[in-house]
Amino acid sequence: MPSILAVKSLSKTYDTGFQALKNVNLEIEKGEVFALLGPNGAGKTTLISIICGIVNMTSGSVTVAGHDILGDFRAARSMIGLVPQELTTDAFETVWATVSFSRGLFGKPKNPALIEKILKDLSLWEKKDSKIMTLSGGMKRRVLIAKALAHEPQILFLDEPTAGVDVELRREMWRVVERLKDTGVTIILTTHYIEEAEEMADRVGVISKGEIILVEEKSELMRKLGRKQLTLQLAEPLDTLPTGLNGHHLELAGDGRELVYTYDTQGERTGITALLQDLGEAGIRFRDLSTSQSSLEEIFVSLVRDNR
Amino acid sequence: MNFHAVAAIYRFEMARTGRTLLQSIVSPVISTSLYFIVFGAAIGSRITEIDGVSYGAFIVPGLIMLSLLTQSLSNASFGIYFPRFTGTIYELLSAPVSYLEIVVSYVGAAATKSLIVGAIILATAGFFVPLRIEHPVFMLLFLILTAITFSLFGFIIGIWADSFEKLQLVPLLIITPLTFLGGSFYSIHMLPPFWQKVTLLNPVVYLVSGFRWSFYGQADVNVGVSLFMTFLFLAICLAIVGWIFKTGYRLKS
Ligand SMILES: Nc1ncnc2c1ncn2[C@@H]1O[C@H](COP(=O)(O)OP(=O)(O)O)[C@@H](O)[C@H]1O
Ligand SMILES: [Mg+2]
Repeated sequence: MPSILAVKSLSKTYDTGFQALKNVNLEIEKGEVFALLGPNGAGKTTLISIICGIVNMTSGSVTVAGHDILGDFRAARSMIGLVPQELTTDAFETVWATVSFSRGLFGKPKNPALIEKILKDLSLWEKKDSKIMTLSGGMKRRVLIAKALAHEPQILFLDEPTAGVDVELRREMWRVVERLKDTGVTIILTTHYIEEAEEMADRVGVISKGEIILVEEKSELMRKLGRKQLTLQLAEPLDTLPTGLNGHHLELAGDGRELVYTYDTQGERTGITALLQDLGEAGIRFRDLSTSQSSLEEIFVSLVRDNR
Repeated sequence: MNFHAVAAIYRFEMARTGRTLLQSIVSPVISTSLYFIVFGAAIGSRITEIDGVSYGAFIVPGLIMLSLLTQSLSNASFGIYFPRFTGTIYELLSAPVSYLEIVVSYVGAAATKSLIVGAIILATAGFFVPLRIEHPVFMLLFLILTAITFSLFGFIIGIWADSFEKLQLVPLLIITPLTFLGGSFYSIHMLPPFWQKVTLLNPVVYLVSGFRWSFYGQADVNVGVSLFMTFLFLAICLAIVGWIFKTGYRLKS
């Protein structure tokens, strides 16, 4: 896959002296959904803002499909649509006017049919003549998406698209992203909801304190860093662990009815075979067993914790 | 050149005026009429003529300049300050639009509006006093240059201001006094010699004087000097705007 966005050695120090980005390197592939995951203040918005031309970089370079964002800003920016984190809209404009304005601003001739389609896809058609200030927060968010799509961008940035949005709208937002992905648009979204990255992303980047600490295929990430837990349902409850099993990292749970074994899927060997052997020798029988994989959330929390 | 963008911004700004039509168009007409009633009728009955021009007619160019300056300033400063205030500026900054295009469209729209207001005032004045325009081409030149210059100045204020108070501050504390003291309602030759010298430090004097010359062929200062000063102010404003964009001052952090 060719990369459509390349960020090289990007650093940003604000006038306050605060370094918001530290030597960020990132390549985004054409057509993928990339989730940039990080806690508040990690630098997600700063990174997006630099790529989109809203914040000046301190050093480094960014190219969009080979176009430098500074030297060739017209070509670079024409390809990008941005849905900002904050709900910033022209209160007195109508939905139709503001979306049409965006298309013009990005240098495209009028195309009412396209605007109509965008508004319909986002369930905004009924509201096309409404003033934006009369819309709910969720509707305003859609208007911002419509504005960002009005010039048919090839890369769409969604900065915390579902922050402060109710569950229903969040699911609808996910569907919107899915549809866009199907049309070949590359999507980069930031979020601090793991759920969201897990739901939508092909790849996940984790950013913390201005540094990208990990970029990985989502499935790979889950596989490599996911710890698995093996839970054994015991036939007879135990009060204490038999001393013969001390070598394994076991825990008793469920009032002594369960044995929980945590292992790393990344490790050379899981230790399951040895465990089962020792269990048999200790005469412990079990009725059932199950395994569970840790969610992105747990992975994320442990990563960010390690980065402190 | 991103013509679609320039057109979009220009139309957007003009539509904003349309929504505040009453304020943008009607209020200058009313205030001009009031000026004529107060200055023209009340004072004009005592000062019958200045340099062979009836007092009512004498103040017309100054009145137009007064409105042109305040309208240009407020239109342009508000036009760029408001998106900064609401945050919608993000879209402008992320669009494939050059700084030149931003200036052309915002300043162009602001200047257009103030020129429309100027034309309306001129027409209104025609109802009160007989008008004579000896140098129509120069009149247009002064009008347009002044509208552009002060729209640029307004643009600068709109970028500099970080509160609505500051937005009002410059027009209120600097421009209004300068225009009232700039010979809009009197000839500077009517001042004591010392104040005649001091008043030459006031840029508005050159604008009003040159503009009045285009009407009646008479000026407080040489027309060439007026024209030169007008271009000088334009150049200064252009330089400041250029610097703003080069550094991203108050636009980009
Ligand atoms: N204009 C600014 N001036 C100074 N510091 C800023 C500015 N904008 C953001 N920051 C700081 O940079 C850090 C990253 O902010 P941001 O990129 O908004 O994080 P995120 O989007 O991941 O929550 C934060 O600590 C924030 O306080
Ligand atoms: Mg953010």
